[in-house]
Amino acid sequence: MKICVKLFAVARELAGDSEIIVEVHDHATIAELQRAVVAACPRMDRIMPHSRWSLDADFVTSDVYVHETSELALIPPVSGG
Amino acid sequence: MIELTKRPIEVADLLARATRPESGAVVLFLGTTREFTNGRRTVALEYEAYEKMAEKKLIELEIETRRRWPLVECLVVHRLGRVPIAEASVAIVVSTTHRTDAFAAGQWLIDTIKCDVPIWKQEYLSDGTTEWIHPNPIEGKIS
Repeated sequence: MKICVKLFAVARELAGDSEIIVEVHDHATIAELQRAVVAACPRMDRIMPHSRWSLDADFVTSDVYVHETSELALIPPVSGG
Repeated sequence: MIELTKRPIEVADLLARATRPESGAVVLFLGTTREFTNGRRTVALEYEAYEKMAEKKLIELEIETRRRWPLVECLVVHRLGRVPIAEASVAIVVSTTHRTDAFAAGQWLIDTIKCDVPIWKQEYLSDGTTEWIHPNPIEGKIS
């Protein structure tokens, strides 16, 4: 299935776009989605150890399953305030 | 009340809204844009948010703050877009019947916002370069 990942801040700059679409298998987890994103855009590799993922606007851990209808986003370290 | 805004924060309005007959203490926290950091001069900051999630997280934080402390009012406003030096990028106003709760709630809110709300700032430096600020790298969240 195709998954669209929203990208912000440094992730958006590294990818050169505000989203990236990657192909993963039907029962893929966040961890597998992350590997697919890095394969599509190797420059993103360096921010992954410091980034989190969100699914439908909530933080999720790497073992959570993704779905085609989910809203996925890569969340680099936040710096509001 | 939580708000993301592209306009300057109207601090006096927030204070007026939080000062109520039942409140005996009003605490205001402003995060302001600093010119010098580690000897380098910043000319402006630009804030970006995953707005849908930032609003959701801020609402959750207001609910959690009200669960932990007996608040009369709880107001959080965060600016987005370009913010000049020496302006407020975030304002938190909490009012309570007694001051101890207001200080504690305000401190917890700003600390938690800085960790868990998807907002990012980019510094525009006087030498023409830009930098994303990552003060609190999160280790080990994704294995």
